[in-house]
Formats: sequence, structure tokens, C-alpha cells
Amino acid sequence: MRQPKIIIVGGGLAGLMAAIKVAEAGVTADLFSIVPVKRSHSVCAQGGINAAKNLKGEGDSTWKHFDDTIYGGDFLANQPLVKGMCEAAPAIIDLLDRMGVMFNRTPEGLLDFRRFGGTLYHRTAFAGATTGQQLLYALDEQVRRFEAEDKVKKFEGWTFLSAVLDHAGVCRGICAMDLKTMEIKTFACDAAIFCTGGIGAVFGRSTNSVVCTGSAQSALFQQGAYYANGEFIQVHPTAIPGEDKLRLMSESARGEGGRVWVPKTPQDPRPARQIPETERFYFLEEWYPKYGNLVPRDVATRAIHKVVYEMKLGLAGDPAVYLDVTHIPREVLERKLEGILEIYQKFVGVDPHVEPMKVFPAMHYTMGGLWVDNENQATNIPGVYAAGECEYQYHGANRLGANSLVSCIYGGGIAGTAAVRYARSLESGCENTSPAVYERERVRQQDISDALLNQHTGTENPLAIWREMGDVMTENVTVIRYNAAMQKTMAKLDELSERFKRINLQDRTQWSNQTLNFVRELGNMLILAQVITLGAIARNETRGAHYKPEFPDRDDRNWLKTTIASWDAGKIKLDYEAVDISLLPLRERKYTAAK
Amino acid sequence: MADKTFIVKIKRQQRPDEAVRWEEYELRYRPHMNVIICLRDIAEKPFTRSGSESTPVSYEANCLEEICGACAMIVNGKPRQACTALVDDLEKPIRLEPLTKFPLIRDLQVDRSSMFENLKRTKCWIPIDGTYDLGPGPRMSPETQEVGYALSQCITCGNCLEICPKVNEHSNFVGAAIVSQVRLFNMHPTGAMHAGPRLEALMGPGGIEDCDNAQNCVKVCPKGIPLTESLAAVNGQVLVHAVKSFFRGS
Repeated sequence: MRQPKIIIVGGGLAGLMAAIKVAEAGVTADLFSIVPVKRSHSVCAQGGINAAKNLKGEGDSTWKHFDDTIYGGDFLANQPLVKGMCEAAPAIIDLLDRMGVMFNRTPEGLLDFRRFGGTLYHRTAFAGATTGQQLLYALDEQVRRFEAEDKVKKFEGWTFLSAVLDHAGVCRGICAMDLKTMEIKTFACDAAIFCTGGIGAVFGRSTNSVVCTGSAQSALFQQGAYYANGEFIQVHPTAIPGEDKLRLMSESARGEGGRVWVPKTPQDPRPARQIPETERFYFLEEWYPKYGNLVPRDVATRAIHKVVYEMKLGLAGDPAVYLDVTHIPREVLERKLEGILEIYQKFVGVDPHVEPMKVFPAMHYTMGGLWVDNENQATNIPGVYAAGECEYQYHGANRLGANSLVSCIYGGGIAGTAAVRYARSLESGCENTSPAVYERERVRQQDISDALLNQHTGTENPLAIWREMGDVMTENVTVIRYNAAMQKTMAKLDELSERFKRINLQDRTQWSNQTLNFVRELGNMLILAQVITLGAIARNETRGAHYKPEFPDRDDRNWLKTTIASWDAGKIKLDYEAVDISLLPLRERKYTAAK
Repeated sequence: MADKTFIVKIKRQQRPDEAVRWEEYELRYRPHMNVIICLRDIAEKPFTRSGSESTPVSYEANCLEEICGACAMIVNGKPRQACTALVDDLEKPIRLEPLTKFPLIRDLQVDRSSMFENLKRTKCWIPIDGTYDLGPGPRMSPETQEVGYALSQCITCGNCLEICPKVNEHSNFVGAAIVSQVRLFNMHPTGAMHAGPRLEALMGPGGIEDCDNAQNCVKVCPKGIPLTESLAAVNGQVLVHAVKSFFRGS
């Protein structure tokens, strides 16, 4: 039997899990990553990972986890795979536990669980406040073990440029660039799995890492892959504003009892500690008595916007509210939240054990992503699979906290297994693909780099274009969306795309040219920004994270459907697909009372 | 009123085989700046203080919240993460240099793959039977978890190797980070069953014996990992293992 070849692009949680499944099936995986995989963005996940193990005697169940996830996502997710994920979650926790993840423990030595947003149950396993880091390291170690056995081969410091598609449109390999030598090469494979993460950089500043540009997804989109529900962007309610990054302050701060408030008096000049209880407005607790500070992220984010911009109650008139953990015993904070409190202390220089933290919402996560089927994480391009944040499957119109890590591991596992099955079923593998197919793609990509390097008359600075794109996307296509403002955003994106053609690279060397790589990513980001904005303009309703004051209600009759964007001769085309609601009936989503 | 400015001096080298040069940049001060923002300012206007055109500075960075380990460099003589190096706290002019104990790629960017190779060589993983549903892992006391969690926060930044006098061209000492990882895996109930091969990987040249207890490592660890405790603990384990192996005749 021929040995299939599998390539995985992206070495975060989803990519590593896919690699483990491929290696376990006896197939060698080539793993490509821009950064050493241990530095992937999954390290930034803080609060935890959901699994209904019901270890607190609350009567939790995987069905309730499923119901919370669908309800939290405002019924936009296809239901069967979400159910599968929730059912698999307890075993995923066990697996991670066996891999040595240092989860917090109860006195009996069992796993401890905390509460998170959008649920009334203690369902979130956690390792301090750096759960993503701990999970990523566990999978990284397993992959390193396979690497030592020559079952995984890593290509760290390579960036994906495009898929190699044969005359029938079947994926037969990838084209990638070595970020040190800037060499562009093709690599043959029978199936490629994309686990390329988030798209935060499309919004300029976000909670995402530098590599989360969405460039790979956009490149695949421009080669014919469908992009689904792009307009659904999660804005996390609590982040520390910064000029380089908006640093996440995890939901676990509220899960452990943290409270969000503002002074009742506008522009109250007193320091937080001197404001008595009776003069504090705990608006989430007041407006959502059942869920309190643990309403889902879209609900909390809109509440903060209302308090700051409509009620003018922002701290000292600034766009910020207090996230207060000062009433929680120091010992609890040290054991459960130290990682994130340390971030606040280091970047703001104020001790959050003593002073309430000042936070504001920030772009955090894309629910939308590459379209995949309902079974195998397969995209519409034969041989191309996707898992993790880069695909759209699990979170509907809004993701619940602590569901991202579980969706990465579940989806990555499915993709790895499915890609092996597909590769083994091929009658003719990539070894029979003509070298001309690979050479054509390599030349196409080399030409793009050469054109950028040889353009000497450019006047536009790439970082300036990036910042302008991020500003206009953040202003008009995040928390509150108006069609007129988004039409202007499209015009601005057109203008930036024109200016992009006159970019000045500033660095024309052929050795670790980070500017060249960034500019190539920026070109792809500009396309993705248009996909997101067009999807948002079209969807005239309010659902989950997508909020349009002009259309304030969910409109199931017209909009209970998945947006599918495709690239049609250089233009973005929107189509729609029915949502699979075969398991849970539709109902109104409201967090003012229990479901 | 003119903007407040400050000076950043950067040690630059376009390729490993090219000449080193120091460049000076004058940047506009804003509150809450860090070294990453300085480097982005330069990328947006790559002109030195004297006005000559330069190129954006190459450096590694990813998470910008000191958890990915990427942006380690020498800031004012001290190895640390650039993202948490706040301009307000730094003496001016700010001096940026690449780590010196790793092969240089360009400017402030170095190749730390040797650390990942050493994690491989020392078998720093829990050997599981497979990813099938085999039930929960071993029970663990909260006390053990707390020690393990502290160790498992190592971000492989390399600062502890940079500061270590025993990591030099004459010695292949793996460094405190790797030794501390060995301690982590040897204390896990499953990992402990396979402690031997990890300890053997730390015997001989480049192993634990190369540590001469300078205790610099623990001072530069951005995660506050008790590295000197790890070095002592693993040193003890290696000695016991060596004695046992001797009496077993292996």
C-alpha cells in the first residue's frame, strides 16, 4: 500500500491534535508553522476548557453543555457536530489529564472546575489562568515525541502562501515561503489540514497574537474555498487597552467572583476604593440577575458600550469600566488567577489585588471562518481540511467562553483522522501529479514577491495602511453596526486596496525580510476585511455578536442561514445555506432570566 | 510645544556574516510604550536619528503578553522579553541587542531551535498509550499540582541560557530551562515511571554537572520559575540514579 502524505499548516492546539491523530494512524505528518509551534497563539487562552463532567453535584450533562452552546450561539451553528463536541469533551479532558496537564485539583486530587460565561454550571477545567498555554504545551510535547520517532516533521519558520491545485481543482500540495531565506517552494501532499487560527490583525489591534492575520484563510478563499459567517466577530468585554495590543483579561476573573462596575456619579473623581458600595453601579448584576457578571460575551460587551457611550458613566469619562477582584481572598487569587493578574500588574503597573482593574471590550475571536462540511472538517476544495478558529463550525453567532479550546482539539482530531482516510482512498496520489502543476504555482507566488521587491516608486507605508484598515474595521464592524457606516468602510477598504498597489517595501533584502512577509499578509487581510464587512451589511438582523440597531431582533424567517462567501472572478459573492437545527428547537435567547 | 522624544540604540546585523553596526533612532514618547511599540515606530518610519534611510528591524514577537516566549532580547544589558520592557521603566537611551548564546539570524532575531532539540533529547513528555478514551489521568494532590504548574509555565525564552556563564562556546550545557522541565516530567506520576532515560540524557557533557551554581538563571526568568531548586533537585536525582545504575551493573 502506498504511504499517503499529509501536510498540516498551523501548530496551535488544532494543528497539533491533527498531527497526533495523523501520526497515530501510522502516517507521517509534515507540520508547517510561522513560529516555533510552542509559541502559537493558543498559549494566550486563559480561563479554561469546558466539559460537562458534573463533578460538583449540579446535575450537569453533555446535553446541557450542547444546549448552552447552541443557545449562546443564537442558533446559528449546525447542531450535530456541536453535540458531538460536547459529548467528546469529558474524554478530551481525561486525555489532556493523562498527557500531564497541570489542571487545578480539589483536595481529593480530582480535577477542579470553575464557572464561565453563558452557563449556570461549574463546567470549566483550568490550569491556573494560563490553561491555553498548558494545553498547548501538553500537545506540543506529544508531537515532539512523535517527531523523535520520525512520525512528524516540523517546518517551523515557514509561511503558507497557497495551495497547489491540479487541473481538476484537487489539492496536491502547498506552496510556502521560508521566512529566513525567503525561498518559495512547493511541497506535495495528498491532503492538507489548515489550523491557521484567528484573524485579529484584520482589526488592527485585538487580543490576538501577531501571527493571527487570517492570511492563509484568505489565500485559500481566493483559490476557491468558501468562507462562512465571516460577519460574526466576538468582541471580548474585558481587555486592557494598549497601543500595540489589547490584552485579554479572562472571563475567569468573573468566573471566580470578579464584579464589573462603574461609579453611579458620572466622572466621579474619587479613587475606586473610596467609592462606597451604595454609590457603585453593578450594571451586569442589576440587568441580568440570573447570570450576573457571567452573561455571554456579546451581552456583556454591549452592556459596557451602553454604560460608557449612552449613559456616559465611563471611568473619568474614559472608555473603561472596573473589573474588581479586590474582595476575593488573596490566596484564591494566587491559586486560580495569578497568570492574568500578573499581566495586568506588568503592563499597567497597578496591583489588581488592591485596585480594581480598568478594562474595555476588544476584538477577540472570529466565529466565522473557512466553510467545512458537517462531518469531516473538509472544505469544499477536495483534499483541504480545516480545524480550530480558522473554520466556522462550532460557535454559531457567538462563542461561549472556554469552548474554543475544546473545539480546537475536537475539530483537529476529526480533521486528522478524516484527512488520512481521504488520502488512503485516493486512486492516484500526489506522486502522479505533474511537476508542471507545482512549478506553475511556485512561479505564480514568486512573481508576487518579485513584483513587491522590484517596485521602487511606491510611497505607501504598509503599517500605515494596516492601521487605517484596523481603525475603520474596529469602529464600524465590531460591537454596533450601521449599514451606512459599513458602506463607508467598504469604500475605505477600496481606497486602501488601491494604495496597497503603491506600497513601498522599505526592505528589499532576501534574508529574513519580515516586511515582505507582512505586506503579503496585508494584501490577504484587505480581502478578508471585505468578506466580513459585506456579510455584515447583508445580514439585516441582530443575532449573537452581530448587532444592528436598525434591525434589533433576530429574524429567523429571513436569516436563520449560514453566510457563504466565495471568490467569483475577483469579486466577493454571498450565498446562503440552511442551518441544521434537527436537535434543538429554536427559542428566544435572553439572559435576563434562566433559560 | 515640541513632542517629548527619547533615543533607542539598536545593534544591527543584516546577515550573520555581515558587519555589525549600531543605529540610533529618535522616537516620539507616549505613555505606556514598550520596546515592541518602539520597533513598530521604527518600521513605520525607518530613518535613523541622523536622517539616513534604514530598514525595519527584524525581531521575533508574537503574543505581546509574555507568554509565548518569542520576543527575548537584551534590553539595556539584561536578557528579557521586549513586550514587558516598558519605556517608562528603562534608562535612556534604550539599548537593544540580540541574545548572544544562540545563532544570529538578523538584527534582534536569533535561532533558539537548540532548546527545542534539547527538550527532544531529554524526552520531556508523558509517554501515553494513545489518544483513545482510557479514562482519567492519575490523581494528584493540590500541593503537587502547584509545584508542577510553576515549572510548566516555562516559555522557552532562553533568557536563563543567555545569562548562564556555563553556556558558552566551550560547553554544551543544556541550561536551567531544560533541567527544570526534566524535573517537571519526573515528578508527574506517569512521567516518573520513565525518569531514567531523562536523567541519563543529563549525565555526561552538557548535562547537569556542567552547572556551576552561578544562580543567575533564576534572576532573569520572566515567569519566576524556581530554576535553582530544579537544578538542585535534578542533580540529586541524577546522583541517585547513577548509584542505582552502578549497583545494577548497567
